[in-house]
Amino acid sequence: MGINFKEATGVHADALQLRSERTRILASNIANENTPGYQAQDMDFAASMAQAQSSTDGGLALLSDSDPLYRVPFHPTSDGNTVEIGIEQAAFSQNATDFQTSLTFINMKLKGLAKAINGQ
Amino acid sequence: MSFKDISQIAGSAMAAQTVRLNTVASNLANADSVSGNENDTYRARKPVFAAVMNEGPNAEAGGRVQVLDVVQSAEPLRKVYEPDNPVANAEGMVFYPNVNQVAEMTDMMSASRAFETNVEVMGRVRSMQQSLLKLGEM
Repeated sequence: MGINFKEATGVHADALQLRSERTRILASNIANENTPGYQAQDMDFAASMAQAQSSTDGGLALLSDSDPLYRVPFHPTSDGNTVEIGIEQAAFSQNATDFQTSLTFINMKLKGLAKAINGQ
Repeated sequence: MSFKDISQIAGSAMAAQTVRLNTVASNLANADSVSGNENDTYRARKPVFAAVMNEGPNAEAGGRVQVLDVVQSAEPLRKVYEPDNPVANAEGMVFYPNVNQVAEMTDMMSASRAFETNVEVMGRVRSMQQSLLKLGEM
């Protein structure tokens, strides 16, 4: 009975990749806060995660495979920009925390494996 | 990987907001730079931002911001009768720049807040990357 690292880390390895991808999208939204006509984007995390889980070859399906999703603003602006900074900051913060959570889970799993390997 | 992109995105926004703060400082400093000639009078400057979409496989996933141009405001100048002013023209008129000081102050606050937000983004991404580097450490 061998140890399969891919199975040991579970969903969290895929989650980390998707989280960092989403960080980039949210960072772009924040960077283009004052750009006229810029439309805030986001990803459907659950759908991307399901896609990543279902692909058997282990390759991760990134955003390029699907159309970008755009946010619906609460307040329309005269310059056509749909970035609402509070929402983006909240999403960015939540996303960064979720990234750390997945990382912590992987770390705990690896520590458990190390203990098993050392026979402690 | 994408962490480098994120730092570049936040960095580009910081650079763009710095340009914006520069124009605000210039406009406020020259708010009272009078002149006797309409063409020589200082006009308020405004940066124009534009998004730079990435090329390659993840083209849609957002991008950096760039300053396309710095344009001069087309608002009319303020014409004032000041015959004692040394730069006044033959009719005793001087031209004041079309700088709206209240608008410039709000612009300055918006720019500095946006700058700070991007500094936070950079700091957060750095800590994410650092904890990723510590993965598997005992």
